Amino acid sequence: MTEIATVSSGLVAPRRILKPRRASYWRAVGRRLLRDRVTMVCLGILAVMALAMIFAPLLGLYDPLQGSMIRRLKPVGTPGHILGTDELGRDMLTRLIYGGRLSWFVGITPVAIAFVVGGALGITAGYAGGRINMAIMRITDVFYAFPSVLLAVAISGALGPGIGNAIIAMTMVFIPMMIRISESVTTSTRNLDYVEAARSTGASALTVVRVHVLPNVLGSIFVYATTLVSVSMILASGLSFIGLGVKPPEPEWGLMLNTLRTAIYTQPLLATLPGLGIFVTSLCFNMASDGLRAAMDVRA
Amino acid sequence: MRDDLLVLARDLRVKFTTGVNAVNGVDFDLRQREVLCILGESGSGKSVTLRALMRLNPPTKTIMSGTLELGGRDVVQASENEMSDLRGPFVSMIFQEPMTALDPVFTIGRQITETILRHENISRRKARRRALELLELVQIPSAKRRLDAYPHELSGGLRQRAMIAIALSCRPKLLLADEPTTALDASVQIQILLLLREIQQELGMGMIFVTHDLGVAGEVADRIAVMYAGRFIEEGPVADLMRQPLHPYAKGLLGATVHEGSRGKRLTTIPGAPPDLRDLPGGCAFAPRCTEAEGACLAHLPELRTPVPDRAARCIHVDDRPAAFGERLAS
Amino acid sequence: MLLYTLRRILYAVPIALAVSLVCFMLVHIAPGDPIDAILPPDASAETVALVRKDYGLDKPLPVQFGLWLAHVVQGDFGRSIANRRLVADELVSAASKTFILATTAASLGFVIGCILGGLAGAFRGTLIDRAAVSFAVGGVSVPHYWLGMVLVIIFSVTLGWLPSMSAGPGDWAWDWLHIRHLILPAITLSVIPAGLVTRTVRGVVVEILSQDFMTTLRGKGLRRLMLTVHVMKNAAPTALAVMGLQLGYLMGGSILVETVFAWPGTGMMLNQAIFQRDIPVLQGTTLVLAMIFVALNLLVDLIQTALDPRMRRT
Repeated sequence: MTEIATVSSGLVAPRRILKPRRASYWRAVGRRLLRDRVTMVCLGILAVMALAMIFAPLLGLYDPLQGSMIRRLKPVGTPGHILGTDELGRDMLTRLIYGGRLSWFVGITPVAIAFVVGGALGITAGYAGGRINMAIMRITDVFYAFPSVLLAVAISGALGPGIGNAIIAMTMVFIPMMIRISESVTTSTRNLDYVEAARSTGASALTVVRVHVLPNVLGSIFVYATTLVSVSMILASGLSFIGLGVKPPEPEWGLMLNTLRTAIYTQPLLATLPGLGIFVTSLCFNMASDGLRAAMDVRA
Repeated sequence: MRDDLLVLARDLRVKFTTGVNAVNGVDFDLRQREVLCILGESGSGKSVTLRALMRLNPPTKTIMSGTLELGGRDVVQASENEMSDLRGPFVSMIFQEPMTALDPVFTIGRQITETILRHENISRRKARRRALELLELVQIPSAKRRLDAYPHELSGGLRQRAMIAIALSCRPKLLLADEPTTALDASVQIQILLLLREIQQELGMGMIFVTHDLGVAGEVADRIAVMYAGRFIEEGPVADLMRQPLHPYAKGLLGATVHEGSRGKRLTTIPGAPPDLRDLPGGCAFAPRCTEAEGACLAHLPELRTPVPDRAARCIHVDDRPAAFGERLAS
Repeated sequence: MLLYTLRRILYAVPIALAVSLVCFMLVHIAPGDPIDAILPPDASAETVALVRKDYGLDKPLPVQFGLWLAHVVQGDFGRSIANRRLVADELVSAASKTFILATTAASLGFVIGCILGGLAGAFRGTLIDRAAVSFAVGGVSVPHYWLGMVLVIIFSVTLGWLPSMSAGPGDWAWDWLHIRHLILPAITLSVIPAGLVTRTVRGVVVEILSQDFMTTLRGKGLRRLMLTVHVMKNAAPTALAVMGLQLGYLMGGSILVETVFAWPGTGMMLNQAIFQRDIPVLQGTTLVLAMIFVALNLLVDLIQTALDPRMRRT
C-alpha cells in the first residue's frame, strides 16, 4: 500500500492530456480497451465478483453470521461447504462473498469521496492559482509529510474501531493525493494556448472551467483514482486486520484473515482464502487501471 | 586508387520494421579530404543514411541491405564489436542538438577521455591532456576549466564545440555531421561551420555533412548530393550544381531558397508534399509534384544519367549526351 | 548548493510544526475528554489535576499546543496508559527494531527492483520485460500481511526452516540466531519497494535509452559495460529518491507486517496502543515516525540534488 509514494511523486498523468478531447476520442479509447485482452479479463473477474456480492442473498448461501460448534474448521472441499468452514463453523464461501461486500465498500468509498472532494479542491487550486492555490497546497503538503499507512492508522486509531471511522481516516489519506494530481493537471491545462485564448475573450471563469478545463482533466484524475482503489482495498482490509475498521462478527476479508491466523497450523489453505480475495481484487483493479491508462494514452 | 576511398556505397537500402523505406538505393564514394553535403528536406532519409554509415540506427528495428564499405570494411555484415571498434578511430559523428546529444551527468572532459581510453591504450592522465588539447583545438575559451564542466553549464555554441571535440577525440578519418548548426543561433552557426571546415582541412579528414540549408551546403561542401524520398536524385560539384541544377526538384529547392543567384528573381515554392515512405510510387518519387512530369516518369524509376563527367541526376529529362547538355546550357 | 540546502531545511521547519500539530490533534479527535485519552480511568484526582494544569487542558487549544510542544521537544511524550511507562523509553527500542526491519526490506527491494527494472528496460518487449512487469504489478497489488502469512505457512509451518515470531532472544545482534527471525518479515515487507522500484527503474531506463546521447555514446564505440555505467549514473538520482521515500513509508507502514510476525517494533507498539486505546503511545509513535519521514524526505531531496549536476545550484 505504500506504492502511493511514486504514484503521486511520478505524476504521470498531466502529460497525457494535452489535447482537447472529443466524443470520438472516447470511442477510440473504448475500442482500444475492448481489444486489450488482459484488461477485459480483469474487468470480467471484477464484474463476476461484484455480481456475486450484489446478489448474494439470492444465491442460496448459508447465513454468514450463523456458526456451528461441531462444524468448525472443515477443510476446503467438504461436501456442503465447498470452501470449508471458519473457526466458528460458518460457511467460508458465504462469508467470503458477504465479506467482499464490506471490503469493497470500505475500499472504494474513501477513493470515491476523495475523487469528488479532492478533485474539486485540486481543480479550484489549479484554476484559481495565487493565494487560494497556496493555501490549499500547503495544507496538502502537511498530510503528504505522513507515511500514508501511518496516517490512516493514527487517525482511525484515535477515532476508535468502526467502519465509519476507517472510511474517514482513509479519506483523509486520499484527499491530499487527489488534490495534488488534480492541481497539477489543471495547472498544465490552464496554461494551454486554447484555454488562455478562451480566457482572453472574456468567458466567465465557470464557463472556461466547464467547457475547456473539466473535459480535459477529469479523465486523468479518474485514471489516477482507479489506481488508488487497489491501494485502498489493501489498506482497508489492513485496518480491519489490525482491529480497526470492521468489527466482528461482521464478515470482512481483512478481519477474517486475522481471526483465521490461529488456523494456519491446521487448515493453512483455508486460512489464506480471504487474503486471496483481497489480492485478486487489488490485482485486477491495478491491471485494469493500467489498461485504461494505456488506452487513454494518446501517444500509444 | 581505392586506397584513399573512405566510403563506398552501392545500392544502400535502409528499411525500418515499422514499414518505412527510409533509404532506397543510394550509391556514392567519398575520398580522403573530400566534403560531401547531403541536402534534403526533413524525412528525405538523409539522417538515416548518415547513421547507416556508422550503423547507428536502432539495431533491432532496422534492416540494412546493399553494399557499404568504410575503408574497405563491410559495414552491413560486420559484428557489433567490429563496428564499435570502427566508431571513434575511423568514423565519428556530430549531432544536431548538442544539449540532448551529450550525457547530462558526465563532465565534458570525462566524455572525451572515455572515448580515448576505449580505443587507445594510454594512461588516464595522457587522455586528459589530449582532451584539453582537443578543447583548445575547437577554440573553447578557458578550456582547462571547461574540462570539468557539465553540458548544461555551457552555451549552445560551446556545447557544439565540445561535441566536435568528442567526435575528434580519436582522430577519425571520416567525420559525419548531422545538421550540426541547425539548433544554434545564426551568429554561432557560421562560426561552427568555419571551425568544421578549418579542422577538416587541418586534420585531412573526409566529411559528410547533412543539412536542409542550401547556404550551409555551399559554405562547406566540395560536392552536393540532393536527396529525395531516400534516393540521391542529383549529385555534383557544389558550384556547378548550384549554378545549374539538373533535376526539377533541385531546381525547385534552389528556387525556394534565398541565395546569391536568386537576387531579383521571385522565390518559388514546390507544390505538394513529400511521398509516404511506407508506400512509395513505382516511378520517379518526385513525379507527383513535378511540373515537367509525363507518363514515362511514373512508369519506372529513372536511371542515373551523367550529362557531363562528375555530374549525375535521376530524371528522364536530363540528356546524358554531353553535346546536348552543352546546348541546353547555352540556351 | 549550500544555499539550497539551507533553504530546503528552513522549508522543512513549518512542515515539521504542522505535522506535530496534526499529531497533537489526535488526542482531541479521540472521542470524549482529552484527559480520559491521556490518563487511565483509575487515575487519582491529584494526578488528573496535575496533568490538567501541566498541559493547560483548561486553556484554549493554541496554548495547549504550545505546552504540549514544549514537552515533546524535551523528549517527553507522556506516559503509557496501559503500563504507566514513559513512551519515549519504549519508543527508542521499538524504533531501532523497526529501523532494522525497514532498512533490510528497503535494501532488498532496491536491489531486486534495480536488477529487474534494469533488465526489463534494457530488453523492452521481451519475455524478461513481461516477467518483470508482472512481478512489479504483483508486488504492488499483494496485501503483504497476507503474503507474510503464506510465507509463514510455507517456511515455518510446513518446512520448519525459519521462525515465524519475534525478533529473537534479548537484544538485537547481527548473528544467525537473530537474523533468521528477520528473514521472513524482511522479505514480506520488501515486495512493495521491489515492485515499485522495478516499475520506476524500468521507466527511467527506457527513457534514458531513448535519449539522443545514447546514440552519441554508441557512436563513440563504447562497449556495453560502459553504456551500462552511463545508464546507471543517469538513473541513480531517480532510483535513490524512490528508495529513500520507500524507506520512510516502510518505517511508518510496517505495522501490518510487525503484527503478523510479532516483530517488536513501532508497529507492534501502535498495534497494542490501538488495542488498549493507549492514546499517548499512539500519539508519540506517530509523531516520531512522521518526523523520521520528514527528515528522510529532506535527506532524499538533498542527495538527489547533489547527485544530479543539472539540479545543483549556487
